[in-house]
Amino acid sequence: MSAEAAGGADALVGIVLVSHSGPVAESVAELAVGLSGGGAKAPVAAAGGTPDGGLGTSAELITEAARTVDRGAGVAVLVDLGSAVLTVKALLAEGDELPEGSRLVDAPFVEGAVAAVVTASAGADLDAVAAAAGEAYSYRKE
Amino acid sequence: MTETALDAALFIRWMQAAAALVDREAERLTELDSPIGDADHGSNLQRGFTAVAKALEAEPPVTPGAVLTTAGRQLISTVGGASGPLYGTLLRRTGKALGDAPGVTAEELRAALRGGVDAVAQLGGSAVGDKTMLDALDPAVEALATSFAAAAEAAEKGAVDTTPLQARKGRASYLGERSKGHQDPGATSSALLFAALAEVTA
Repeated sequence: MSAEAAGGADALVGIVLVSHSGPVAESVAELAVGLSGGGAKAPVAAAGGTPDGGLGTSAELITEAARTVDRGAGVAVLVDLGSAVLTVKALLAEGDELPEGSRLVDAPFVEGAVAAVVTASAGADLDAVAAAAGEAYSYRKE
Repeated sequence: MTETALDAALFIRWMQAAAALVDREAERLTELDSPIGDADHGSNLQRGFTAVAKALEAEPPVTPGAVLTTAGRQLISTVGGASGPLYGTLLRRTGKALGDAPGVTAEELRAALRGGVDAVAQLGGSAVGDKTMLDALDPAVEALATSFAAAAEAAEKGAVDTTPLQARKGRASYLGERSKGHQDPGATSSALLFAALAEVTA
């Protein structure tokens, strides 16, 4: 679906952050939004842990988060590991569970989230947001 | 192998039998998951299959394919661990392959399960010998060409044979050499699925 068709030409890409832990997802969302500075703000939603507050992955929370941030310009989903990766892949394979234009982005969780929120907030399209998040892999720390 | 059509009622009994077996073996699955995993496999699957049994009871599907897609969907939504999307994909893919037929032959089920197992391998990026569910599922589907009982036996043997293997996927793979000497919990629960199938077709 094109941005024009659904959310207008200036619709922002939504970001969903999926972690095994609710507090981790929430904190990374807060960090990414905090570091993205002023200007247009991309919608960001955290989907961490299980609905009862435990550690794990919840398809329900992920689906809900994706719907919350969908503005018609696509949704970039960043995940931490294991079941978070597999659950999002399985949901995407279902076809109708996540909003159209949802994409699992291959990126490091924290660094990728910051890059995704910054680029999405600047109005970049889903391809550019995914590319920026993925590029975070190439930043060496030693 | 008989050509008797397997109907939706039998598939519902299969899922119920699987739920009962998972319930009975939950503690053992979690125990197996303690040294090499995060000690939640039994409770996760118990929650998932309880939801499956409930959903099938509340609104019994009328085709074998719909039984499996309903069950798979429940597992993806409720399990909370990696086994949810993996088992969910296995059952959904198998169910979709069975289509709308009111009854399927054992051979049709075998072919559909083959596709389901391949989908699990693709989703997890794993192969036979990686110390995963596939080590039970793959030989079970092969043996299904002989009989349901043979499939259950092959799955059980496959699960037991994961003990000396080094894990190459999932959290257990971080342990490297130290993952050897433990039976894989996912292969063990996969064997329960085929034990349940043998039970309801006996």
